[in-house]
Amino acid sequence: MSTTRKSVAIVIAGSGGTGAITAGSTLLATAARDGHYGLMTKLSGAQVRGGEAAALIEIGPEPIEAQPDRFDALIALDWENIDRFAPEIPLDGDSLVFSDPKAGAVPPVIAATGARIVEMPFTALAHSVEGGRVNMVGFGVAATLAGLDDDAIEAAVRAQIGGKGEKAVAASLAAARVGEEALNALGLSFALPMGEKKTRWMCSGNDAVGLGALRGGIEFVAAYPITPATEITEWLAVEMQEHGGRVVLAEDEIAAINMCCGASFAGVPTMTITSGPGLALKVETLGLAVAAELPMVVVDVMRVGPSTGVPTKSDQGDLDIALRGTPGDAPRVVLAPMSIADCASTTEWAVNVAEALQTPVMLLSDQSIGQTQTIIDIPENRPAKLRRLTEPFAEGVDFRRYALTDSGVSPMPAPGRPGTQWVADGLSHKESGHPSNAAVDHVAQLNKRLRKLELFDWGDGWAETFGPADATTALVAFGSTVGPAKEAARRLTAAGQPTKVVALRLISPLRKGPFAAALAGARRVVVVEQNASGQLYRHLLGEKALPTFAESFARPGPAPFRPAEIVAQLETALAEAAE
Amino acid sequence: MTVHEAPHACPQQALTLKDFKSSVEPIWCSGCGDFGVLQALQRALAELGRPPHEVVVVSGIGCSSRLPAYTTAYGFHGVHGRALPVATGLKLARPDLEVITVGGDGDGYSIGGNHFLHACRRNVNLTYIVMDNRVYGMTKGQPSPTTEADWDSDAAPGGTGVKPFSPLAIALAAGANFVARGFALDVKPLANLIVEAVRHPGFSFLEVLSPCITFRPEEMEWKKSIERNAVQATADRAAATAAILGGGEMATGVFFKGDRGSYAEAPKGHGDAEKIAAKFLVA
Ligand SMILES: Cc1ncc(C[n+]2csc(CCOP(=O)(O)OP(=O)(O)O)c2C)c(N)n1
Ligand code: SF4
Ligand SMILES: [Mg+2]
Repeated sequence: MSTTRKSVAIVIAGSGGTGAITAGSTLLATAARDGHYGLMTKLSGAQVRGGEAAALIEIGPEPIEAQPDRFDALIALDWENIDRFAPEIPLDGDSLVFSDPKAGAVPPVIAATGARIVEMPFTALAHSVEGGRVNMVGFGVAATLAGLDDDAIEAAVRAQIGGKGEKAVAASLAAARVGEEALNALGLSFALPMGEKKTRWMCSGNDAVGLGALRGGIEFVAAYPITPATEITEWLAVEMQEHGGRVVLAEDEIAAINMCCGASFAGVPTMTITSGPGLALKVETLGLAVAAELPMVVVDVMRVGPSTGVPTKSDQGDLDIALRGTPGDAPRVVLAPMSIADCASTTEWAVNVAEALQTPVMLLSDQSIGQTQTIIDIPENRPAKLRRLTEPFAEGVDFRRYALTDSGVSPMPAPGRPGTQWVADGLSHKESGHPSNAAVDHVAQLNKRLRKLELFDWGDGWAETFGPADATTALVAFGSTVGPAKEAARRLTAAGQPTKVVALRLISPLRKGPFAAALAGARRVVVVEQNASGQLYRHLLGEKALPTFAESFARPGPAPFRPAEIVAQLETALAEAAE
Repeated sequence: MTVHEAPHACPQQALTLKDFKSSVEPIWCSGCGDFGVLQALQRALAELGRPPHEVVVVSGIGCSSRLPAYTTAYGFHGVHGRALPVATGLKLARPDLEVITVGGDGDGYSIGGNHFLHACRRNVNLTYIVMDNRVYGMTKGQPSPTTEADWDSDAAPGGTGVKPFSPLAIALAAGANFVARGFALDVKPLANLIVEAVRHPGFSFLEVLSPCITFRPEEMEWKKSIERNAVQATADRAAATAAILGGGEMATGVFFKGDRGSYAEAPKGHGDAEKIAAKFLVA
């Protein structure tokens, strides 16, 4: 087939115990070693453990930032319940479905896509090899279909399976080889052009948030487990054993954020990690951290809500609670990584900002960014280190923890320092920190907290703009919506509608001037987000940061945004406007 | 972790109660038992000899939780019921500091009940002093988990009909390493109990019967009903539990001194994050 193809998108699926995810991870690892970029999303059934699973993989020589619109191939190791994933695996007449005749008939939902059904006796092929397993046969078929190199296959299998011993490696390689031979016999190929061989990163967004935390200097983490955020806590728990610092498993999310308050007060950079339901529990203490000016990073890996919602799927419906979810006026910083590649540096920035401004910083990730595995270029830009102001302005005078400075930032010495004892308090207070219910004190301190956010030098890290400078259409997005928006913009631009994406990293406080400049020239502005209520759109409207003609394209999870959906939306809206 | 060396400024003279007295005027009703606890704490801190800047007093919300501002130590007056997690994070981040947690029965046993269980279980080297007046004082007189079932109030006319629980027995069952009861108006013996609690390693729980003169004036009679020197400290958890549950509700003294190891300290030092970043590399 064509050698100009930019990527190949393959699904490997199987019932519990077949090892479809291992096969997918090995395919991604092979692609990495063969000079390609890639993206892998995992799907699993409702069972807690085991049950059907699917690895959705796209690989190719150019960076991949969104789930594909369609898949080139589905490798069905068997058909037990796999059809449940059908809505998330778009197939069409050009797709291939590899099916084991022993696994029974192809389910109607799959057959109805018009995909070409190719018989592939996975079980028989696996049995032809000593210790052979169907998933590695499937892996061999997939890797060969994509035209991946034998050396890369071997290196990846060793990296993924080497821990299980040489025998397991040999069996896996042999199984992959029979898969390769079976495919070659059919003469089918979606071979990719050569990728540039270089060292890249392979990680998930959750891993990268963990790394960003350590780079930023986080020394204390407290969390309560919740999908899809738990991997960050687990990653840090393992890495911090060697690195130093501590992860505490709190009895609940309220305890976790309060432990962070204590550690923060004690002078240590801290982080807590959760998802929507846990964030709801933290809200009261978030207000305390704002009022008492305690630096900390609060990570929310968003999932579909409200309530338990769809724990394993992405959504961007926590923006409102992140921006405003506290009683009273609690101005705060909300940051969102715009891709997996952006997770490490945005998290590091979050730590710096929290420490510099002595305030909680919300870091809004989402399930799609958090749990997707990716191959990316090594992120280069790292934020400049910022530290907490701990030294009082003068010795000997009465220390005022909440002194009304021009910048709004006042010294925060840690306990152990003589002469500067102060009391952190959620009660409205005077400059000294002593409680006060006088309006003049409350307003002065509230303004101080607003001022420090407004006057901070945010630099140019508040957003990224992608696409042509002369774009007449601008898409505004944050988080995992940015990837598909960028791909949609590329297509629209290629089709003669120059389109750019303004991707917000700093959602609050909004940089209104630079944001207006970034939108300049656009005659169409569309805010794209994954929630039903248009939370980003309404935030921007409330800030009077959008032109009157701006549109909202907001729809909820759990279905992931695909580039074609955004392109179609823009075309439909245009057609409607023309009517 | 960052090494915070608390400067052990060797005081020329021994510390006195005055060194821990702040200029902030307590908001408490005159005659409130909490004054006794404050005085006992100030005495105990002087006796312990750590200067005020090496001590942190942590609390939640309630009349009793106002206490931190009334000492000269560092302080943390947080949200209702969450003093123990704050103290836990503080102590784990900075084991060099002396962390004393204070609060009321509502704060510690109702809204903060879960944290109480887990603080006992975790056994971080902390001291927890509960000023139990068997009422929510700050919100003007509602029954708490230690209030008698038939205590009449606007919030529960005729009483809640719910039996109070025994925080000391719960603390023992949950794993606290030191369990004692004091009386707010017996300032000197209370100061001694606080000193003992602070010196004992692990999580030390000290329940202080502290009359609320405003909403439970009858509690001033505790002066007469307190049983002093009626308790024998033991390292036997079952025996201590039996002593607590077998009457002696007004007995003061140390019931239990255990030898459980405290929650482990975090690994020291701050490694090179780039070594960890290298784990992401593929080629
Ligand atoms: C989340 C929350 N719920 C309720 C309150 C109201 N509140 C303040 S203090 C208090 C009870 C305090 O009782 P206790 O801890 O026994 O302290 P006391 O005043 O008796 O010393 C309540 C219910 C609050 N401040 N925060
Ligand atoms: S209401 Fe009761 S507990 Fe509160 S200060 Fe007055 S006497 Fe003390
Ligand atoms: Mg009370």
